[in-house]
Amino acid sequence: MPTPSLDTVFNHPAIWRGNDCARVALPSVPTGYAELDILLPGGGWPAGVLTEICRERSGIGELQLVMPAAARLSHAGRWIIIIAPPHIPYAPALAAHGVQLSRLMLVRPEADKEKFWACEQALRSACCGAVLMWTDHSREHSVRRLQLAAERGGALAMLFRSSRAIPLVTAALRLHIGKSDGKAIVRILKRRGGGIPAPVALDLHGKLAGHGIPVRRSAPAYARSPAPTHKSRL
Amino acid sequence: MLWMALHFRHLPLEVFARGTPEITPLAVAASSSRIAVIVATNRQSAERGVRCGMAVSAAWGLASDLRVVARNEAAERAVLRRVAAWALQFTSVSSVAEPMDVLLDVGGSLKLFGGLENLSERIRNGLADLGYEASIACAPTPLAAQLFACAGLDIRIRHPDTLRHELGKLPLSLLGCAPETAAMLDRFGIHTIGECFRLPRAGLTRRLGKRFLDNLDRALGRLPDPRPPFVPPPTFNAALPLPAPVEQSAALLFAGRRLLAELCGFMTAAGSSVQRLSLALSHEDHTDTRVTVSLVAATRDLDHLTTVLRERLARLELPRPAIAIALAAEQFFPFAARSLSFLPDVYDRAETAARLIEQLRAHLGDRVVCGLTALADHRPECAWQACEPGKGIVPAIPAASFSRPLWLFAAPRRLKEAASSPCWEGPLSLLAGPERIETGWWDGNHVARDYFVARNPAQSLLWIYREHDAEGKWYLHGVFG
Repeated sequence: MPTPSLDTVFNHPAIWRGNDCARVALPSVPTGYAELDILLPGGGWPAGVLTEICRERSGIGELQLVMPAAARLSHAGRWIIIIAPPHIPYAPALAAHGVQLSRLMLVRPEADKEKFWACEQALRSACCGAVLMWTDHSREHSVRRLQLAAERGGALAMLFRSSRAIPLVTAALRLHIGKSDGKAIVRILKRRGGGIPAPVALDLHGKLAGHGIPVRRSAPAYARSPAPTHKSRL
Repeated sequence: MLWMALHFRHLPLEVFARGTPEITPLAVAASSSRIAVIVATNRQSAERGVRCGMAVSAAWGLASDLRVVARNEAAERAVLRRVAAWALQFTSVSSVAEPMDVLLDVGGSLKLFGGLENLSERIRNGLADLGYEASIACAPTPLAAQLFACAGLDIRIRHPDTLRHELGKLPLSLLGCAPETAAMLDRFGIHTIGECFRLPRAGLTRRLGKRFLDNLDRALGRLPDPRPPFVPPPTFNAALPLPAPVEQSAALLFAGRRLLAELCGFMTAAGSSVQRLSLALSHEDHTDTRVTVSLVAATRDLDHLTTVLRERLARLELPRPAIAIALAAEQFFPFAARSLSFLPDVYDRAETAARLIEQLRAHLGDRVVCGLTALADHRPECAWQACEPGKGIVPAIPAASFSRPLWLFAAPRRLKEAASSPCWEGPLSLLAGPERIETGWWDGNHVARDYFVARNPAQSLLWIYREHDAEGKWYLHGVFG
């Protein structure tokens, strides 16, 4: 009997190699970034489970990472619910990224308990496409309720946390975002299907150039200009 | 013609007892003469030995924790009218027959509700939701149905032939004739209505009067018995006196749910839905607490209204315990029925979104939940506004994709300067700009700024500006998320 070659053995679907992502059928929403989609099981943000996004500080591209998926969902008529953001989401910028403002809801409760309650109600309701919440609270009981609500409603549940907070056990997908050299480095720390892939560098803000604002390569020392004698008004 | 009679045996008691789920000994007293006499008792007080007709002091001797309330006949009449309005969802003709009956003409409703048994079952369950217990009987004439219901017989008679036979078995006391007539008939040896039918008509008229015979004829259907149809009021107003002062929201919710069930029946009968409810809680020695519940979309779903009321009552602070609860609804909107489909469609999603918004607002407060809309203004802080969720408008001329930051600070923060360049967690290097925004001279908020995109050593992208005036101060206005 001829021995099967090593390649046919490895291509058998029942065999899993250490750094592979097992083929998992998960309902997903494409992230909008092809390099990230390849690494995620299901080919996008997983629906109906908790996704945890850790970052060292705000302003390095974490909201922008989810913008293409949010735009796609809002155009499909699903609601995007933002709970307890650290600053005001700027409406013209959201619209410029493609999000339909008529499907956007902003909820700003004070207490942690109220934030989790609002998140649970939103995830459970059938109209919701994605819930984005910023919190560092990690009581296992509250987080498990969120997971049950996400399973029931089938929406994307994205929890933004600082990297100093205790990681959530029940999250099915955990990402870490860092910044280096002008690019956002996305590292997948945990995913369904196993394996820890190499970090991905995404050029989130590279599109700043070429949109009507002149880009300066070097920063000139900005001298104080003398007061003009006549101010021209728009 | 088929008439259904609802006889509320325990109406004086149910007016008070339906507001609470607890079961403690309760009795109703009427002070007709000098002493107060017990008129109605509930099961717990009857077990202790309290009977109707007993004096109140004697009743207290038997059960020391008995609560006695004064009979409220005006409330009883109001209850009968509200039940008649509620019952209009099952038939188009209802009539109030005081003191304790409501009559419904159900001949035309049998096909829609799937038969007489199903209809009586639904009415019985609906009344249990409202907190009442009634005996239900059906007969071809209204007076006969009333007599059967008074006797407590759960009987359904469709044909006039069986009517005479069944009516004959009832005792004469149900007819409610004058005492001397009753005494006379007793001396004759007549105890049931059937024996009355066998007496000669001329002699009966001569001895007892025409009214007695007319009543018998009306019960049999030989004489017409028109009943005035009940006309429901245009607005809904219901009050529930609570037997004991309550403070907890769970107990208030129980009473409130009864009133909501009445309101939903009223709306089903009228084919309308409501968007605004006012609830009033009365206290002793204090002004009423008023709560207004406004909904995003008009609805008549009992479960949804109960959920919203529960959240509202949980947040309510009462100055004193409440002794009565009242619900009022003035404005109604026509309820658009929609056909069900197998696939979830756009209407479903809009409805669930409206419900989610109402639920979040009821629990967290109205201003915590909002939507965002973009305005046409060059000044960044005026280019957005909080609005009703769902009413956000995308700007007509969309900004370039990455020229505006995703996070805006509520107030611009002053930046420190080191060696004439701005600093925020380290010296900033300018990447793009300047973009000059100078506008707003007409409403007093004049801005003249040069905006830049800057990066700090920690690699955050910031949106900063420099004021275009003599000092040229630097401010941080937003962060590119």
